[in-house]
Amino acid sequence: MDKRKDSDSNPTKNNTTVERKSDRELVVTRTFNGPANVVFNAWTKPELFQRWWAPKSFGVSLLSCELDARTGGKYRLVFRHPSTGEPMPFFGRYVEVIPPKRIVWTNDEGEEPGAVTTVTFEENAGKTVVVLHDLFPSKEALDEGIASGSTSGYPLQFEQLDQLLVDLEASVGGRTA
Amino acid sequence: MVQYMEPVLDATFAALSDPTRRGVLEQLGRADASITTLAEKFHMTLTGMKKHVGVLEQAGLVTTEKVGRVRTCRLGLCGLDNEAEWIERYRQLWAERFDELDKIVKELKQKEKTHGQKKR
Repeated sequence: MDKRKDSDSNPTKNNTTVERKSDRELVVTRTFNGPANVVFNAWTKPELFQRWWAPKSFGVSLLSCELDARTGGKYRLVFRHPSTGEPMPFFGRYVEVIPPKRIVWTNDEGEEPGAVTTVTFEENAGKTVVVLHDLFPSKEALDEGIASGSTSGYPLQFEQLDQLLVDLEASVGGRTA
Repeated sequence: MVQYMEPVLDATFAALSDPTRRGVLEQLGRADASITTLAEKFHMTLTGMKKHVGVLEQAGLVTTEKVGRVRTCRLGLCGLDNEAEWIERYRQLWAERFDELDKIVKELKQKEKTHGQKKR
């Protein structure tokens, strides 16, 4: 095959965009080259879901994946922490599941109330636009949430570092005041 | 993310572990300063201060800029408070997931097609 063929197959890769809609909201948008029912299945069937959810570059792997993707059902994902090997559970409840249009779930693994995630699937001419909307309970929660994603481990370090910087600032203020 | 953040954080914590360097950060929190000024303030040689600033710079906590003969230092804060940077990391997370999802969608579509054609 010539080079042109390679570049021809590339434009199928669509852009992922993220927008901070408000203090408490993040919206991720992405188009997939397939019908909504196919894309929807990849979000609700564990055997498919676990093949794409764990981001490889973060070094995390999924130890287990239970999805009861029905309104009122529960999910539980367990990742393996890349450096400590500790299991990191992520879990919550499906608030609403409407195949193949919409999934809403809670993120309950944190001590504080977590974000509510809404994913919508809109099919048009054989393609599907996926819009993922994370609504956080507060601005502070989003600020921390952005960092956490599903990559627990460094948010804590960030918090420690943040605290350190706050302490530093306080000690500056204390001395100059 | 964890993987690539760790070296940065290690460097940051290492940089912050030294009282002189914390002092330099405090100082730069009040105003930008040249290495010469910092060396005088902390009763150090220029070379010694250059080393400290180098460590802070590597951790992204300080940036320096040379204008003429003077190298001015200012707080860099490693972009930790930089929302845009956070959002970009978040985007990368999703982009990576979705690129994997693309493969699955493609595969499932293919399956549907063959099944449809063979009427199985």
